[in-house]
Amino acid sequence: MSIKIGSVNKHFGQFAALKDVSLTVPSGELVALLGPSGSGKTTLLRIIAGLEAPDQGQILFDGVETTNSHVRERQVGFVFQHYALFRHMTVFDNIAFGLTVKPRRERPGKAQIREKVFELLKLIQLEQLADRYPAQLSGGQRQRVALARALAVEPKVLLLDEPFGALDAKVRAELRRWLRRLHDEIHVTSVFVTHDQEEALEVADRIVVMNQGQIEQEGTPTQVYDHPATPFVFSFLGNVNLFHGRGTAGEVQAAVEPVPAVGYVRSHDIEVERQLSDPTAVRAAVHSVQTVGPLVRVELALADTGAALEAELSREVADRLDLQVGEEVYVRPRKVTVFAEDYQI
Amino acid sequence: MHVAGGLKKTKSTKQGRGLGEPTLVRWLLIVVALVFLALFLLVPLAAVFSQALEKGWETYLAALHEPDTLAAIKLTLLTAAISVPLNLVFGVVAAWGIAKFDFPGKSFLITLIDLPFSVSPVVSGLIYVLLFGLQGWLGPWLQAHDLKIIFAVPGIVLATIFVTFPFVARELIPLMEAQGREEEEAALTLGASGLQTFFRVTLPNIKWGILYGVILCNARAMGEFGAVSVVSGHVRGSTNTIPLQVEILYNEYNFVAAFAVASLLALLALVTLVVKTVAEWKVRQELANN
Repeated sequence: MSIKIGSVNKHFGQFAALKDVSLTVPSGELVALLGPSGSGKTTLLRIIAGLEAPDQGQILFDGVETTNSHVRERQVGFVFQHYALFRHMTVFDNIAFGLTVKPRRERPGKAQIREKVFELLKLIQLEQLADRYPAQLSGGQRQRVALARALAVEPKVLLLDEPFGALDAKVRAELRRWLRRLHDEIHVTSVFVTHDQEEALEVADRIVVMNQGQIEQEGTPTQVYDHPATPFVFSFLGNVNLFHGRGTAGEVQAAVEPVPAVGYVRSHDIEVERQLSDPTAVRAAVHSVQTVGPLVRVELALADTGAALEAELSREVADRLDLQVGEEVYVRPRKVTVFAEDYQI
Repeated sequence: MHVAGGLKKTKSTKQGRGLGEPTLVRWLLIVVALVFLALFLLVPLAAVFSQALEKGWETYLAALHEPDTLAAIKLTLLTAAISVPLNLVFGVVAAWGIAKFDFPGKSFLITLIDLPFSVSPVVSGLIYVLLFGLQGWLGPWLQAHDLKIIFAVPGIVLATIFVTFPFVARELIPLMEAQGREEEEAALTLGASGLQTFFRVTLPNIKWGILYGVILCNARAMGEFGAVSVVSGHVRGSTNTIPLQVEILYNEYNFVAAFAVASLLALLALVTLVVKTVAEWKVRQELANN
């Protein structure tokens, strides 16, 4: 089922959480709402679910006006950041809940509910834990139970609010791959909220980058990463270095054009060399060298302006260069994206 | 004694050795606490029972079987049986509204709920006399319709309800606020109705908190003196509750009977204490399961 969000506004007191947000989520896709905290992404998700009402604007499910229908009637599955499992119920009862609260006419029989719950337990690989209580499960297990509970009622839309936010890094990485595989199997239209750009890039079919209650850019992960529409998107999706200069959109040039511009360069797109091999390279002094797992992070200062710069080198390259703190080297940006100066991050 | 022992245990497991007080100080503090406890709680309690049983079990039981005393016990039970369920319903509804929803005037409502705690019970009794008494606002109307509130059972029930109404709500509001709204929201997204959500999700999560609140509410309802004293009129065998009966008997120098009736309240206090300890422990578990 597709979701269409039309010009939604939402205020909490004086604070504008969403400013005229419009978005279409195509049927069957897995879409990430990505942004820093306070960007309005969770509010948007809760408005889609019906847990929050927009001040203005409308929500359409498959073209049908849904803005004023109750949460109950929307048939959405919602997965909360802190799981929100019913703490006094077993895993089995948690997953069965949505089926047992159905009106008597629609409610499946006990045997059918049991069958359905075990089918879901198998899907989340927790069949042997059916009789446990939420407090007896690990964070990752709880989140899978929460997902199974949401899927039990066969929702038309699956909404996930920072589903992996409260988990440690390793479990998070496992679970998001699992979510991706799950989505490839069941193809329910899904929207998930995250502030982790890596998670969004890895899991989503489409990414919607949000900032200060507005959508900055939407597109496939590759589009968003390779062709960021705004400086905000560029800097939110990874480490960034700024080169101030004057130029036209496209590349920074020596001060010929009258427009002040800023060149944005990712840390891993900066090449560090001992010899001057290319005329675009500039001189810089090495401030610090730090090994971070498979990468080496080098902090530099440009010789002419003193501006700070960060380069990420592979261990192999760093070992070959064997950089010493204090020495002078040449740095060359491999790929520069230019935005006019008046943009604010 | 049992409570003190339990407390000490958790304390020593939670603190490292380096954080503990010197042994002497620790023992001194414990002794001071125990002496205080004995002087102000155990000795009076023992005195109540020893005075009540001074002339033997038969006199004790006879004192309790006295018709006026039996009437006082009945009235006290009736008052509690009306005011506790009403305050239970009110407390749960108020706590639910306050903890799970945002609305203007919320903090004002919380202040209102606390009002009976901050007003002297005698004043709360007087309010009803001013309202429903013969010289009160509604007095003439009530008399014209032959309705008796002041110096009758309805007045006692009203005063008791007023004095005891914060207990359940006060107990539940922090518990429900700590538990948050997410479970209720999850139930709603899964298609549950408001009532289903309340009975299947909210209520099981707060049942021990409710019990705790009800116990405190009941203890106060049965033991309330000031407010009830003002509205009761002290009519023997008809508008006397247990605490009022104790006072009357004592003023008549009927010490054995006075202490025998008082021992009922003391027993109630002991039962309350035990149930309260269990309920408190369960509430802590409910919170820990977050």
